[in-house]
Amino acid sequence: MTFRHLTLALFATGLLCAQGLDRATLLKQPVDAWPTYNGDYSARRYSSLKEINSTNVHQLSLLWSTRFTAPPNTLPGAAPAGGRGGAPGAAPAVSIKATPLMVNGVLYFSSPNNAWAVDARTGREIWHYTYPPNTGSTIGNRGLGMYGNWLYMETPDSHLVSLDATTGKERWKVQIADPKLDYTSTAAPIVVGNHILAGIGGDHMDNPGFIQSLDPETGAVQWKWNTTPRAGEPGIETWPDEYASMHGTGQTWIPGSYDPELNLYYFGTGNPNPVMAEQSRKGDNLYTCTIVALNPDTGKMAWYYQPSPHDTHDWDATEAPVLIDGVIDGKPRKLLAQANRNGYFFVVDRTNGKHILTTPLIDTINWTKGLNANGQPIPDPAKYPKPDGALVSPASGGATNWPAPSFNPETGLFYVGVTRTWSVFYQTDTDDHPEGYGGVDSSAGGDGGSLLAIDYKTGKVAWKHDWPAGGGAAHMLSTAGKLLFTGNGSNIIAFDPANGKILWHSSLFGNPSAGPITYMLDGKQHLLVIAGDSFYTFVVNH
Amino acid sequence: MQTTSPTNNGFLCVPLRASAPLREIRLLSCVFIAAFTLTAQTGSGEKATISATPAAVTASKEDPAAVDRGSKIFAGHCASCHGATAKGITGKGVDLVRSLYVLDDEKGILLTPPIRDGRPDKGMPKSGLTDAEILDVAAWLRVQSYGAGHRTTYTFLDVLTGDAKKGEAYFNGAGKCNTCHSPTGDLKGLGSRYTPQQLQGRWLSPTGRGGAGGRGAAAATGPSRSQKTVVVTLANGQTVSGTLDRVDDFNVTLHDASGAFRSFTRDNGIPKVAVTDPLKIHIDMLRTYTDADMHNMTAYLVTLK
Repeated sequence: MTFRHLTLALFATGLLCAQGLDRATLLKQPVDAWPTYNGDYSARRYSSLKEINSTNVHQLSLLWSTRFTAPPNTLPGAAPAGGRGGAPGAAPAVSIKATPLMVNGVLYFSSPNNAWAVDARTGREIWHYTYPPNTGSTIGNRGLGMYGNWLYMETPDSHLVSLDATTGKERWKVQIADPKLDYTSTAAPIVVGNHILAGIGGDHMDNPGFIQSLDPETGAVQWKWNTTPRAGEPGIETWPDEYASMHGTGQTWIPGSYDPELNLYYFGTGNPNPVMAEQSRKGDNLYTCTIVALNPDTGKMAWYYQPSPHDTHDWDATEAPVLIDGVIDGKPRKLLAQANRNGYFFVVDRTNGKHILTTPLIDTINWTKGLNANGQPIPDPAKYPKPDGALVSPASGGATNWPAPSFNPETGLFYVGVTRTWSVFYQTDTDDHPEGYGGVDSSAGGDGGSLLAIDYKTGKVAWKHDWPAGGGAAHMLSTAGKLLFTGNGSNIIAFDPANGKILWHSSLFGNPSAGPITYMLDGKQHLLVIAGDSFYTFVVNH
Repeated sequence: MQTTSPTNNGFLCVPLRASAPLREIRLLSCVFIAAFTLTAQTGSGEKATISATPAAVTASKEDPAAVDRGSKIFAGHCASCHGATAKGITGKGVDLVRSLYVLDDEKGILLTPPIRDGRPDKGMPKSGLTDAEILDVAAWLRVQSYGAGHRTTYTFLDVLTGDAKKGEAYFNGAGKCNTCHSPTGDLKGLGSRYTPQQLQGRWLSPTGRGGAGGRGAAAATGPSRSQKTVVVTLANGQTVSGTLDRVDDFNVTLHDASGAFRSFTRDNGIPKVAVTDPLKIHIDMLRTYTDADMHNMTAYLVTLK
């Protein structure tokens, strides 16, 4: 195996040590590691492992479970629930929304202001890093990035911290956005080549959105791409003026996917600002609520596709851009699929962003006048937030949300959790020059939730499972063992991905709060489930 | 904004087991409810803008007296260039609400020098204000900024735009509300109990939630006519019924007529479980309401004093 040679070579360059992540691993779909947020760059959350499979899944047993704790480490006034909307001083609790990394038998994961390394064989803590108390939002942290023996974590006060994976000691930290401007950072950094791709968040003060590439050794900025254009740049015509664009936000909350052959990084951007008072930002508001393809070496945009032109409902397009190598009309195609918060499922050609199909995820959508020739929903101005309220489905949380879907190449089906909800959207700022959210929405109820299995070729639902007591966006993992794992009602559940038959479940202390992952360790396939503050690892006993 | 799905109504206010992890935005929502109840309806019909609402003053922990004085001083000395709400006037004064001077200010440390000395290079004159007056202006500015960035302090505008007569007709006609409800019976006094905005949320989705219609409010306690009931049909044909405690794909629990707790394992739909939700009609109706229906109904219901 070349690993030894590669390791030696990397030693020679001083980049990596034996305990670290072999960079070539990132370019594969590894089975003995989970080296990046989505397991691999495709964001399919599909594993080719089949030691655990539909014939033995009923024997899946708990190997270990561990509960993680952390001291309160937010300052009074910190906003745990999303920047400036949160409850001051609310008690912090460990809520793990990070998809762990598993490299060389060690699990690496995070919660806001915390990072851990844990022995994947036993669940015992190796080290626990705590970031200094700060007033940033502790809404969530999606996980760590890894490059060689270095880990990278974003913090509530918008720093990127580099940690030594062996010791958990801080190597350096750099500020990636100004927390005083209400930037707060939750994304898992994605490592592509020698780039740390770091998104940012925070949308309460109309701060401009961007994504940056940072040097893995120093944290120096390699490039920065603004999600809204400046004067003279393409897309500025979709704003009344540069001032509106500069305050148009479009944050990069959630990590994206990457095609090494095309050398393109794909990610979605968040809502435009002011969020629910659109009168000062007439136009499509590019590149907010948009799927963007960037060259990770240059930061130059190759193409874009905007699922929600002129969004007024907080429907970030940051849901996973899932890369599918598929066949459309008999021809092999490089595709990108996204189940969007706005209620629609989109498939585009990922070489050029050309639209292929748009289909509804739920049957309650009431905010559009249909689709345009490019497959984009046409917003109905009657459903913009209004002072007296507009009843809109889906609610602001969307038909689905950040929990990652899965695509299974064997079934050709895309698995996503959806919910049918309504909200009354109130505009509270009718000034010509609104600021901040400019409105609020309040839930008007919901008609349950479902797990959908969608045929990417048609956008049609092949099968669905309606949850007995509701459910919405949910974390998915599918495998070559003819299994689909997801959570509902504080259970981790295995479905037959071909037909939706339930094959196994285990009840947990909480609902899965991050994506389940799977990997081979010591010749045995492990399933790791994350629920709230606890991890559960399952194996098949022989 | 980063969120999760709204089936998760009430996540903060339910036990952790009900799965807090996915429920981020609902955390915000839960906070909204508390804030909304503090917020009076304005209904002024005036153009609404960000202002130092009482909710913003309270939440920002600024001295209300200083904010009040600062508001008046700003109006007299600063607003002609920076605008009445400090959002700036193109070509004159910059937007202060999003200004780092304001966002970063503590105790006037950042704001005092430019207000006292002016910024001659930018065409801003000295204010002529005393140090104490400057601190008051700084306090008001900080509240302006805080209010813009904190949705919980927003004030609802005029929700009562509907036609009460049409609402009444809908209540007794197409809406079929009178099938279950009576303006002189169960709904008597409804309009006195809630603000119009709270009422609008409540009648749309009357699942025992708080007035904001709200995501996140605690469920109503005690038995109520909104209680879900369930019938479990066992393999031998025997049925067990009662009030629903919890159901998922693997288990159903209920309290039977004697009050006893009953628990049944489910396996691929066996035993059969049939849940009856008395409020299902409200959910079904959500697919049919126009915004005019909604506003007319709210206008009618507020008249039920």
